[in-house]
Amino acid sequence: MNSIQKRRLTFVIILSICSALAFFLVLLALKQNVNLFFTPTQLLQERVKTNQRIRIGGVVKKGSIVRTEGLKIRFVVTDLKAETVVYYTGILPDLFKEGQGVVAQGFLSDHTVFMADEILAKHDENYMPPEVANSLKK
Amino acid sequence: MSILCAALMLYGFFSGLYLAPADYQQGDGFRIIYIHVPTAFLSLAIYAFIALNSIIFLIWQIKLADILAKESAIIGALYTFIALISGSLWGKPMWGTWWIWDARLTSELILLFLYLGYIGLRSAIPEERRSGKAGAILAIVGMMDIPIIHFSVEWWSTLHQGPTLAKFAKPSIANEMLYPLLAMILAFALFYVVILLFRLRIEILKRNFHTQWLQQWLGPKLRGPE
Repeated sequence: MNSIQKRRLTFVIILSICSALAFFLVLLALKQNVNLFFTPTQLLQERVKTNQRIRIGGVVKKGSIVRTEGLKIRFVVTDLKAETVVYYTGILPDLFKEGQGVVAQGFLSDHTVFMADEILAKHDENYMPPEVANSLKK
Repeated sequence: MSILCAALMLYGFFSGLYLAPADYQQGDGFRIIYIHVPTAFLSLAIYAFIALNSIIFLIWQIKLADILAKESAIIGALYTFIALISGSLWGKPMWGTWWIWDARLTSELILLFLYLGYIGLRSAIPEERRSGKAGAILAIVGMMDIPIIHFSVEWWSTLHQGPTLAKFAKPSIANEMLYPLLAMILAFALFYVVILLFRLRIEILKRNFHTQWLQQWLGPKLRGPE
């Protein structure tokens, strides 16, 4: 490597460090906002205003889905430490099930009660045929 | 190599769409994985390849590295686009939304803009050496997006699920679903290489158009029958 190439190498290294630093600072600044949703534990710890539109996420607690009249539904979102009750009226995605991940958008009416106007199902990274899933359950 | 690519793609499509069983939750909808995962994975890999070639070009000024980077960009952009569209088509029935500003989706969209910006920058500067240099700097700066895309699902809470394959543990997918997926990843990679080699040949011919050896070789062909 001659001296010109060494100089260019230094340039590339400095360029990479600078851009890495820039990206790092941007991410640091966005730290809170990059998270798509609050977990029920975060809702208890952090001061989230009740008139603010937010998303919460977690797992639908087993046996907590209660369907009232029409499309109205009530269920509990849990992260195994804290729980939030969610009220929603409308059509649910196919993957919405007990024990599955869910992300709800709406307003907090209390620190543990959430009025959702949009429900998204969160899929996990596991793929298997139905027979395998059935035998796993047994 | 084109034949191998076609064979793998045929096998991948056939076994992915027909032989592989339906998913226990998503039913047949999961089959879009056979397009989505290979294109998404390769969109990252191709970008890393462009950045690597850019570094080589900046330091050693090897023209071939520059051509490889330049000709890769369009295929990378196409793969990124397909990954975004296929993901969106899957997202509507499964998640309940076409698009969400989640960390994984947003960073992948930024990657598409990086590719498009790279292509735009390269074609805006007619002189090859300067165009190569400017493009290389953009590619290296943009490289920082690649680890962000990859780790976004682990660092932050996102709607997009965690990695199924790219981790140091057993893949969380049944074997009979996994093999078609691996075949498709390899097929898409080979498709990229085949197209890249075609484009490489054309670009080398274009750049050397005025050299003596090429004129001599082209001479009789260019004149055509008289």
